Amino acid sequence: MKLSTKFLKDYVKVPVSYKTLADDMTRIGNEYDSAAPLVPATGLVIGKVLECKNHPDSDHLHVTLVDIGDEKLQIVCGAPNVCEGIKVIVAKPGAVLPEITIKKSNIRGVESNGMLCALFELGIDKKYLHDDDINGICILDDKAKVGEDPIKFLNLDDEVIDFELTSNRGDLLSILGMAYEVGALYGEDVDTSKVETTYKETGEDINNTFKVKVETEDCPLFLAKSVRNVTIKESPDFIKKRLIASGIRPINNVVDISNYVMLELGQPLHFYDADTLNNELKVRNAKNGEKLTTLDKVERELTEKDIVIASHDKAIGLAGVMGGLDTEITQNTKNIMIESAIFDNVKIRMTSKRILRSEASNRFEKGLDAKRTYLAIERCANLLEKYADASVQTGLVIYDKTKKEDKVIEITYDKINKVLGIEVPKKDVKEIFKNLKFEVKEQKDKLIVTVPSRRIDISIKEDLIEEVGRFYGLENIVGKLPTVPLKPGKYNKTYREIKHKMAGLGLNECLSYTLIRETEFPYFQTEIKEQVKVLDPMTDEHTVLRYSLLSSLMNIYTYNKARGINDIHIFEMGNGFYKAQGEYKEEMRLACLISGTYKNQFEIFKFNFYDIKGILEDLLDYLGYKERYSLEVNELPKELHPYQSANVIVNGLEVGIIGKINPTFSKDDIYVFELSIDKLLKNRCKGINVSEISKFPTILKDVAFIVPKDITSLSLTKEIKRLGGKLLKDITIFDYYVGDKIDEDKKSLAFKLTFNDSTRTLTDEEVMEIFNKIIAGIKTKFKCEVRDK
Amino acid sequence: MEKNMERENIIKKLENELKNVKTKNDLATLKAEFLGKNGIVTNLSLKMKEIPNEEKKEYGKFLNEIKVLVLEKIEAKNTDIEKNELETKLNSEKIDITLPARRSLKGSIHPMTRIVEELEDLFVSMGYDVVSGPEIDTDLNCFTKLNLPAGHPARDAQDTFYLDDDYLLRPHTSPAQVRTMEANTLKEPIRIVCPGKVYRRDDDATHSHQFMQFEGLVVGENISLADLKGTLELFAKKLLGEKTKVRFRPSYFPFTEPSCEVDVTCFKCGGKGCSLCKQTGWIEVLGAGVVHPNVLRMSGYDPEKYTGFAFGPGIDRFAMFKYGITDIRQIYTNDIRFLEQFDRKDVE
Repeated sequence: MKLSTKFLKDYVKVPVSYKTLADDMTRIGNEYDSAAPLVPATGLVIGKVLECKNHPDSDHLHVTLVDIGDEKLQIVCGAPNVCEGIKVIVAKPGAVLPEITIKKSNIRGVESNGMLCALFELGIDKKYLHDDDINGICILDDKAKVGEDPIKFLNLDDEVIDFELTSNRGDLLSILGMAYEVGALYGEDVDTSKVETTYKETGEDINNTFKVKVETEDCPLFLAKSVRNVTIKESPDFIKKRLIASGIRPINNVVDISNYVMLELGQPLHFYDADTLNNELKVRNAKNGEKLTTLDKVERELTEKDIVIASHDKAIGLAGVMGGLDTEITQNTKNIMIESAIFDNVKIRMTSKRILRSEASNRFEKGLDAKRTYLAIERCANLLEKYADASVQTGLVIYDKTKKEDKVIEITYDKINKVLGIEVPKKDVKEIFKNLKFEVKEQKDKLIVTVPSRRIDISIKEDLIEEVGRFYGLENIVGKLPTVPLKPGKYNKTYREIKHKMAGLGLNECLSYTLIRETEFPYFQTEIKEQVKVLDPMTDEHTVLRYSLLSSLMNIYTYNKARGINDIHIFEMGNGFYKAQGEYKEEMRLACLISGTYKNQFEIFKFNFYDIKGILEDLLDYLGYKERYSLEVNELPKELHPYQSANVIVNGLEVGIIGKINPTFSKDDIYVFELSIDKLLKNRCKGINVSEISKFPTILKDVAFIVPKDITSLSLTKEIKRLGGKLLKDITIFDYYVGDKIDEDKKSLAFKLTFNDSTRTLTDEEVMEIFNKIIAGIKTKFKCEVRDK
Repeated sequence: MEKNMERENIIKKLENELKNVKTKNDLATLKAEFLGKNGIVTNLSLKMKEIPNEEKKEYGKFLNEIKVLVLEKIEAKNTDIEKNELETKLNSEKIDITLPARRSLKGSIHPMTRIVEELEDLFVSMGYDVVSGPEIDTDLNCFTKLNLPAGHPARDAQDTFYLDDDYLLRPHTSPAQVRTMEANTLKEPIRIVCPGKVYRRDDDATHSHQFMQFEGLVVGENISLADLKGTLELFAKKLLGEKTKVRFRPSYFPFTEPSCEVDVTCFKCGGKGCSLCKQTGWIEVLGAGVVHPNVLRMSGYDPEKYTGFAFGPGIDRFAMFKYGITDIRQIYTNDIRFLEQFDRKDVE
């Protein structure tokens, strides 16, 4: 909302500068985008061209002598319309215009002491100007006085504050509404006498010949008034300049008056060429597929959610958004039907969102005050009579289903103070309501407040508390902490610990987008879930909600690799999404990716499967699942290497995958794992319970077996454990060998076995007996040999 | 007299010879020379037989004195040798302590996680529970029950990713308010915060379609705007420094009434005015207010009995400020060179 301070000052006294006004309005919740003079130029004066000669060295420049009152200046001017005797706007040396600063200069050998200005050079947007004003300098009316301020003479001595209003304050989309707000701010009264609504009625009552039929619930109020014999011409200067200051292009007196009243009172109006109507206006919902050519000559296809104005069932206007071409006001229009109405704000919003957002639709969307709807149509008649020579026909056609009761709200001082958390003096509360022109009756500690209909945003006591708060000043509220009972706060510590453990294990935490490409969704899934897709994605890149986080980590890998970073060890924790049995599901997941090498002093290790396995085991052990998990190959996603990958099983439940990326997916050596944290944490683990440390010595025995390559170390370990019984406390594999010293299809695995009994010292004989039993058992079961040292 | 001379000669001889002793072997040889079978001192003691009886006692004493002296000298030399040998050994083990260390792999915690945890810790310490709502939520929870009925103009402000007619990607963490209040069947007072990812159809170059919000809600008897201000002052000080000030400006949000925009003193210039704060000294960081009675009512709380406050800042900007991140996109790009800088604890 562009507020012209000149326009505003017609209705209310403003005791401060426009800049202070803008800042004060911000303080009460009305932010602004910019505040500046309408003409941001200085050093201008009215001059009279005394002489105008051709420039000796140019075919289009003129050398003029201009009287500016206290002196005469020689100025070179290139405008085609400059001539002797005219009054002009002179920018003196030192003048600052939006584009240039004027200096004494020499133009092709002739001294020039200033510039004769066109209006656009002063900063008036070309869209508001006639072609004459764009092609030449501004020629002032002969009444202009030499030596005086041309900006004032032109009625352009105005300032504009461009407000960015909150969506509840539809009432501020009018000068009158602004006047009430500013009046409340400075304790000034609003002069409503400026809104003249008097006119002479002539002829037969319009209701005798003209009907309004409303066939929809989306139009609670519709008024029509007829004015006849208008003269279409240019608007008076003050109307044009106020429209320009408000950001609206002047067209002709009739169109301008409709816009002027909208700016003044906030009620959008529509004018029909009455001679194109058939003595009837009908308001109804459009039919699906119904066609209407709007003012901008575009044929629109409508839906039943749009509201139209029809004449004999033919749509002639899109209610609240744009008029139809067939009934528009033209240069030849004589008789006008004025429409002032209220339409359903949600419907208007939907329609305007689809078709066109305008000053009018913006006001309909925010809601209107029925009293203004009446006021506006009377005001229109007044202005049309005055500035378009119209004769106003007797009567007003009314369709009105609006409620007009005043809003009465009861509130106590105590409630105000309790919500704001400060003690606002009673007299200040009353003063604020008085300044807002809210009627207040005081009954003991209770206030009975009558809120004027223009404040459509106020309906409950909290709204009144806000009014008190914003005018008393939120800056006066002193912060304190809530008085509440003590209690411990809770948070999910496990999620946090998982992240920190992963970081501790050397992984960098990533945060990436939930929305991914549709093609990436199935990656790393064993059974592909039903995807969740947004209805209107912004780009292909962000279309589907990810389930596996590994596709994100793969993208991060690719991004970094492209930047020459090869050693990558990362993880991410976040929700994975899918649909099952028609329901949206979210699952907390953890993904990890490693690739490249890691250095330890002078050694460089290439990451391999056992590194990713180590990270997984460290994490699972840390979370308390030690000895309760295993890697088994059940079903693997095709993105993983079939012989270097596995499913992660915890307590018999499959919780994730681990392995190498399949070379068909990426040629690089990349190792990953991904777990469902939700599934993992379903397996509860016990707390730490310290076991007694044995007071008796342990006995260590080493043995190495040469076994066929496809026998897993786990199967050997399990068998050793079984054979070793309860005295065998620990089994560690300390060497693995394949190579020249043994058969090609064999491998050697060396075990260190720890024997102990917590109740006594073991004898070497009894340990040897178990040890030999283990060796014999393994040899028989796996048909293998013990490797000699 | 004679004996004294003899003793001194022996000691002198010993001391002279000790000077040439370098190793333990040399010392053993020397020891034998004095105390061995044919040693000088041994030989002296053989003379005992020749000593008259009345002098025997005296001579024995003399012998013993020499023996003790010799042993002392030899023992002292032995200590010296051992000390030297140890020094030589240690010296031979000297290493270059400036060579690179053996270290484990370094990981890092993402800046957004850090901000979330810091804020969680602050609020948990004040008795707030941290809750996490689903990222896919209903239109009902995200809008309608927050006093934003269908067609409400404020719905435009947060253009939303819909999944179907009823479900959407939450455009703010505010549905946590609804969920928490509805889940509280006894309708007791509430203190929660809800950090989480939110999503908006925002094409703007300076906005990301996904960002982090940190919702807060307190419901109780006599909860006021002043309580909100005090709480946000703590919040701002914790995150932006002790000198940070908080300013409330009236505003409008459908879910709160009264509502306010909350400004903090510019984190770049500290309030003097700079390009970041457009010379105002203040930066708008969040919207907040007193929970709208309709919101309380729709979730089963009696607005006559209870009031509450709510706030919901986007916190990506706080991470940018705290860590000097200049481009918001870096937060979601995951350049390793960026992430690796977060490999240590934050300064408290």
